[in-house]
Amino acid sequence: MASIRQNVFPDVLPDFRNLGVVARVLLAVNALALAGALYAAPDFPQALDGFVRAAAFFEPLLLAELACLAVLSPWSGRLAYWAGCVAVIVLVTLLAGAYHAALIALGAEVPARIARTALICAIVAAGLLAYFRLLTKAYSPALAEARLQALQARIRPHFLFNSLNAVLALIRRDPKRAEHTLENLADLFRTLMSDARSFVRLGDEITLLERYAELEQLRLGERLRITWELDAAPSDALLPPLVLQPLLENAVYHGVEPGTATGEVLVHIERRGDRVLARIENPHLEAEVHRAGNRMALDNIRERLALFFDAEARIVTQSVNGRYRVEIEMPYRSAQP
Amino acid sequence: MTDGASVIRVFIADDEGPARDRLKELLGDIAAELQTQVVGEAANGLEAIERVPSSGAEVLLLDIQMPGMGGLEVARHLATLEHSPAVVFVTAHDRHAVEAFDLNALDYLLKPVRAQRLAAALRKALAGGSPGREQLARAATGAREYLSVAERHRIALVPVRDIVFLRAEQKYVTVRTREREHLLEESLVALERELADRFVRIHRNCLVARAAIRGYERSGDDADGPRWQIVLDGIAERLPVSRRQWPTLRSLLP
Repeated sequence: MASIRQNVFPDVLPDFRNLGVVARVLLAVNALALAGALYAAPDFPQALDGFVRAAAFFEPLLLAELACLAVLSPWSGRLAYWAGCVAVIVLVTLLAGAYHAALIALGAEVPARIARTALICAIVAAGLLAYFRLLTKAYSPALAEARLQALQARIRPHFLFNSLNAVLALIRRDPKRAEHTLENLADLFRTLMSDARSFVRLGDEITLLERYAELEQLRLGERLRITWELDAAPSDALLPPLVLQPLLENAVYHGVEPGTATGEVLVHIERRGDRVLARIENPHLEAEVHRAGNRMALDNIRERLALFFDAEARIVTQSVNGRYRVEIEMPYRSAQP
Repeated sequence: MTDGASVIRVFIADDEGPARDRLKELLGDIAAELQTQVVGEAANGLEAIERVPSSGAEVLLLDIQMPGMGGLEVARHLATLEHSPAVVFVTAHDRHAVEAFDLNALDYLLKPVRAQRLAAALRKALAGGSPGREQLARAATGAREYLSVAERHRIALVPVRDIVFLRAEQKYVTVRTREREHLLEESLVALERELADRFVRIHRNCLVARAAIRGYERSGDDADGPRWQIVLDGIAERLPVSRRQWPTLRSLLP
């Protein structure tokens, strides 16, 4: 989708396969039904009774609708935003009508007329879509900032100038390697300045990690030793850009540079069932107290994961046995359609 | 300017190999106007302390951000030498970080370094001599990790975390670790200010490491009440506690 640069974030339909989205829909619809029941009944026991009866009617319908939306989400996701909204509302309304008609045909008792059921469903669906749109908008500053932060804070000036200095040292004695290093630097900055709003393939993110690691290796030599455990990494998995590179940068900046001994860094990525796990470890240095900036990168990554995966992704940090460890877990989504 | 016959002896301390290579290249580039010879290199602060004194270096090109011990602390220790080299600081930091270090008082080069700037800085440093100790102390933020004792061609470092107590006697300050004693030419008042996080005053002339305090013993009584002395971890010697410091010290024990 072509987007206008100034426009911060394009509207997209909620991902109906996401647990967070499903949970929000279930909660919202039940809360609305309860509110309706409380409004209609004279006292609390009767309201509760009314809610239970209403739930018996709408709960199967709600679940069926969510299931349909989840199944159809690859197709609805391809529509333009407003067309997608209309499609979702029409689908929900039609399903409600069909459900209602089926109940009548089976001779079951129905609480209202068919038009009323359909109308209520349409209004609730529209309301929820509006809510999800606002939710996305509320998160979008995090994305806009991600790029700025990447340039201003996360790629530390310290790293840029030291890398340039290292390239200068190479130009005369090893021009080929100098060229290669500048290419790596260019790739890294291209990614940093690119649009942080769309998914990237894990394979590409890993390439970026390796290029970044090469730059650090040049500067730090044998002080930096990185172990890559990527055999089980699903390179077709989709994830937000610049989630792993800042973590590796932190690992080097906090765990290797301040030490005089060799710093062992571990990069481990694997697919476990329908989840993708990434773990980055570095030595936890005691002297490492006055280097700030770690929190900001972590907070930004956490926000972007929440935006892309809602409640399904998590990021955990811990310090065990002199090692500092960051772990990210997110749902496996394939780039293959 | 001196004639071409005199060669300036330069020492390079930087934790990144390529950065040291680059400085050597630049020294080669300016050889026509400034003859230099690299007499030693170090990849971290402790190595620099170890190698600089015996290298005979006149100028030290010193990276500020190094593991083990930062450049500013290295310079402070080297300044205690009888013939301490002139220092040119080098840093990749942007201006913001430079201000954080309050380097304005000192001369420094930004990486990547330009040949002409390097030549100018070397000349200026040689003319100006080594930076003063007070000046360096002002520029450094935070306390040192080591205290240094200058010997003839060597600097002995005493890790601050190993020190049990510091006692002023006449011109010197005695530094006592569990193993041995050193003499230091610094003022106890300045040390107290710098090391306030780790040390506490027990007497007009003595500071002890807070972590080393094990307890107190009553050493006797006089007209004003009981007198106390302090029991320290790892050493048999007991030190008298002044009446004025006693309330503060008593509250340090759980």
